[in-house]
Amino acid sequence: MTKPQLVVSNLNLYYGNNQVLHDINIDIFSKTVTALIGPSGCGKSSFIRCLNRMNDFIPGAKIEGKIFLEGKDIYALSTDVITLRRQVGMVFQKPNPFPMSIYDNVAYGPRLNGIKSREKLDDIVEKSLLGAALWSEVKDKLKSSALGLSGGQQQRLCIARAIATEPEVLLMDEPTSALDPMATARIEELVRTLKERYTVIIVTHNMQQAARISDYTAFFLMGDLIEYGKTPKLFTSPDDKRTEDYITGRFG
Amino acid sequence: MNQINTRRQLETELTELIRMLTRLGKMSEESLARAIWALKNQNADVAREIIKRDDAIDDLAADIDMACMQFTARFQPLGEDLRTVSSLMHMAVDLERLGDYASNIAKAAIEVADKELMKPLIDIPRMVDILSDMLEKSLEALENKNDAMAYRVFPLDDIIDDLEKQIMRELLLLMMERPQRIEQATLLLNVARTLERAGDHITNVAERVVYIITGKTVKASAYRRPKEHRP
Repeated sequence: MTKPQLVVSNLNLYYGNNQVLHDINIDIFSKTVTALIGPSGCGKSSFIRCLNRMNDFIPGAKIEGKIFLEGKDIYALSTDVITLRRQVGMVFQKPNPFPMSIYDNVAYGPRLNGIKSREKLDDIVEKSLLGAALWSEVKDKLKSSALGLSGGQQQRLCIARAIATEPEVLLMDEPTSALDPMATARIEELVRTLKERYTVIIVTHNMQQAARISDYTAFFLMGDLIEYGKTPKLFTSPDDKRTEDYITGRFG
Repeated sequence: MNQINTRRQLETELTELIRMLTRLGKMSEESLARAIWALKNQNADVAREIIKRDDAIDDLAADIDMACMQFTARFQPLGEDLRTVSSLMHMAVDLERLGDYASNIAKAAIEVADKELMKPLIDIPRMVDILSDMLEKSLEALENKNDAMAYRVFPLDDIIDDLEKQIMRELLLLMMERPQRIEQATLLLNVARTLERAGDHITNVAERVVYIITGKTVKASAYRRPKEHRP
């Protein structure tokens, strides 16, 4: 059994006095797709924000417990958070391209990391846009504004932007909820190829989507991790009755 | 709110699918029982009715298949709902096969209707009584989500196998005594063999019911008498 890439150990998360995650323990393996499902407010988005310390930006947010990425505690004092956020990239529900050219969107992260060479940046931009299945659609208009792209294209641009810094883990928070079925299908197709190079953790409200694209699924409910297991089993014969009730639409 | 209405709609339709399958089971059970009755009582008219009725059984099985497909497309079921609808499709095939067996037995009944039976039929009707019991238990287990009831079906198939062997031994003896009996004995042997196969199909149904309820795939053989080791 290979060692997990991401180990979450006894994680408790508080927003002020409000505890939003209770004693979460989960191991995520490299180059897998893990779907996080659960009703609104169950803590799944809060959970992924712990993985790249986005919760640091929330006043009053406090965590207990440990999160290890490649064996290193990401909340240790010695952790460089900027590097962490390069290693653990994130894509959000609403596409949020920067108000600049397509090229500059993708080059932004690498430039911040100190890459100045035009050739290198060109190479990174092309690779990232290829990796996000967007290159063929934009290669002749890299200097045009990202805001001129369709919703689905903008989301793929955000994915390109996230992978431009060569992360190990890609967090996706409901990446297709704002997209039409065709655009959704393209992102799902993309996730299938992305897992060849990255570990993907995807929050989704769409259970069929979770069932389609993930290897493992974690079901959260009211801040607890109820069940975590291989996707085919969880969606055909889950161990916990609460999981069964959720996936069959008895509540949600 | 919408999700809860969808749930209610799903449950209503799934209940209807189960009801259709139960009806198919009862139709097949009735045909089997009546086919054996026609054989025992040498009644060709009843036998012919059974053969005609097989169309209705086939049609119902096809309706169930279609309805399950449409349910799956519309509701994209998961968990127990998914296990149920997928198992219903399999079970419809097993139950429709029972109807075919009833037709085959009915054909045999027509054959012997105008001849003298070489012996009174005792064990063959006993087989069909047990098969009815097995089928009723399976359908009840499905309706009431009672997996313990489904498990009780498995050992009954041992009795079916025993009876088939007994019939074979008896008919072989009778054939050896008087070779003129061979034609009818072969026919009766086939009937017994058909009923033994019916037992296997009903066991499949019970296995599927256990899968629906528990999510576990069970093999009936694990709950039956172990096979004797032959040197």
